[in-house]
Amino acid sequence: MDMASSTLATAEVSSAKIVVRDLTVRYGSTLALDRVALDVGDRQVTALIGPSGCGKSTFLRCLNRMNDHIRNIRIEGSVSLDGVSIYDAAVDPVELRRRVGMVFQKSNPFPKSIFDNVAFGPRVHGLRDRVELREIVERSLRQAALWDEVKDRLDRSALDLSGGQQQRLCIARALAVEPDVLLMDEPASALDPIATAKIEELIHELKTQYTIVIVTHNMQQAARVSDTTAYFYLGRLVEVGPTEQIFTNPSRPETEDYVTGRFG
Amino acid sequence: MTSPSESLDQRYARRRRTERAMFAATVAATATVLGILLFLLGYLVWQGASALSLDFFTHLPTPVGEAGGGMANALVGSAKLLLVAAVVGVPVGFLGGVYLAEYDGGRVAFAVRYAADVLNGIPSIVIGITVYGLLVVPFGHFSTLAGGIALGLLMIPVALRTTEEFLRLVPDTLRDASLALGAPQWVTVVRVVIPAGMRGILTGLLLSLARVAGETAPLLFTALSNRYWSPGWLQPTASLPVMIFTYAIAPYDDWHRQAWAAALVLLAIVLGANVVARLALGGRSTAQT
Repeated sequence: MDMASSTLATAEVSSAKIVVRDLTVRYGSTLALDRVALDVGDRQVTALIGPSGCGKSTFLRCLNRMNDHIRNIRIEGSVSLDGVSIYDAAVDPVELRRRVGMVFQKSNPFPKSIFDNVAFGPRVHGLRDRVELREIVERSLRQAALWDEVKDRLDRSALDLSGGQQQRLCIARALAVEPDVLLMDEPASALDPIATAKIEELIHELKTQYTIVIVTHNMQQAARVSDTTAYFYLGRLVEVGPTEQIFTNPSRPETEDYVTGRFG
Repeated sequence: MTSPSESLDQRYARRRRTERAMFAATVAATATVLGILLFLLGYLVWQGASALSLDFFTHLPTPVGEAGGGMANALVGSAKLLLVAAVVGVPVGFLGGVYLAEYDGGRVAFAVRYAADVLNGIPSIVIGITVYGLLVVPFGHFSTLAGGIALGLLMIPVALRTTEEFLRLVPDTLRDASLALGAPQWVTVVRVVIPAGMRGILTGLLLSLARVAGETAPLLFTALSNRYWSPGWLQPTASLPVMIFTYAIAPYDDWHRQAWAAALVLLAIVLGANVVARLALGGRSTAQT
């Protein structure tokens, strides 16, 4: 990992793709996030780590407003993407989600063909041209390193694919709408080591074009794929910094306890 | 209760006895259910098969005292009634179910769901008399339309609740996936959720139609009956359930036999719809994942 470039990510606010300030989220009376401030660097991989229930998934879902549909949720503070506040009344969450794609923990292909899965997003956004759709599907599947495995059976059901293939299909599907940011919520937690390695390799390649925020329970994974790591605990952001520093020389003892497995 | 003096062996023996008794009870209950169905089928076949002939399906009823004849008009009548019922019940039930499952607006949804459950509990004869008052009395005659509407009203709550149930079986992860791709909610509902639940919904709608196919009470004073063909939609019409009723209480042996035959045909249709529905649902790959 390149130390110099990752230090840059958090040090300079101006280069940040996403700027979060004072983000507080409550489910009813339960405090899920407490005044979180975080900058997400452009074309960087930012890993969110922390024990279950620490608020990292809630944080992730605030970035594309997937929390909007939850009842009794209260979101305060500001999240801006390229300098525009995404919770502004003028921002359409539908348009926002086109720019901020998401890959979920459990692969969730539609019960449709492989082609239709990838073409879903572009079609929803009005693209009808068969040739163009075909190009997008191929490009997205290639980007997701799945093309060679499925190019002969694009019309087969996506549900016939293996778990790892399904997850890469979901990544391809997210890439097909050409987002700026890709949010990944434990994308490899349900996969075997080989499939996991493929996904991690993919993340490495994707970060040249996309800003990626990844939630993971796997510390080695965070260390391998990310430039910046943020440690959450009980709804608070305990520490954020260049990944190398967080894993080798964290400034907070709580962080050290967690990353070294002494968490208690 | 367990007495402290009871040894471990005694306790195990007692548990095994209880287990065996309970298992026997469940087997007996299962056998009863199956037995009733098989008995019903067997009895109907035994009584009705002799009167089943090609004539039964192709001929009109004969005048009283003349042997032979069939119930072709009742078969067609039932089909037309069910068509009207589907036209009334399917859109309302389906769209209502979609609303409940996908746009659960709290209080309104609660009211709709509650209303559907109450409607489901209303005796069918009450629906019949209401339609009689609203559509038969003012127009001065019984009709296929009135009968079909009565059946349609009856199927709405079942169609609505089954649609809702099957849409709820569609995992939220699919909704999330669609929303996260920038699809508005209505697109998510139309392109993802409904297709994923479609097989189950169709099954539910078919079953709700099969259920009202055997309804007799609401037809007695809406569609009435008819010894002849019923042209169009505004004439009284024969239907299988009402024919069974009329023929069964008549004092003629030949009519009794025909009533049994009609009952057999009706049961075959309802059973057939059930089997088709189950088979369609059998290859379920939709609501999974």
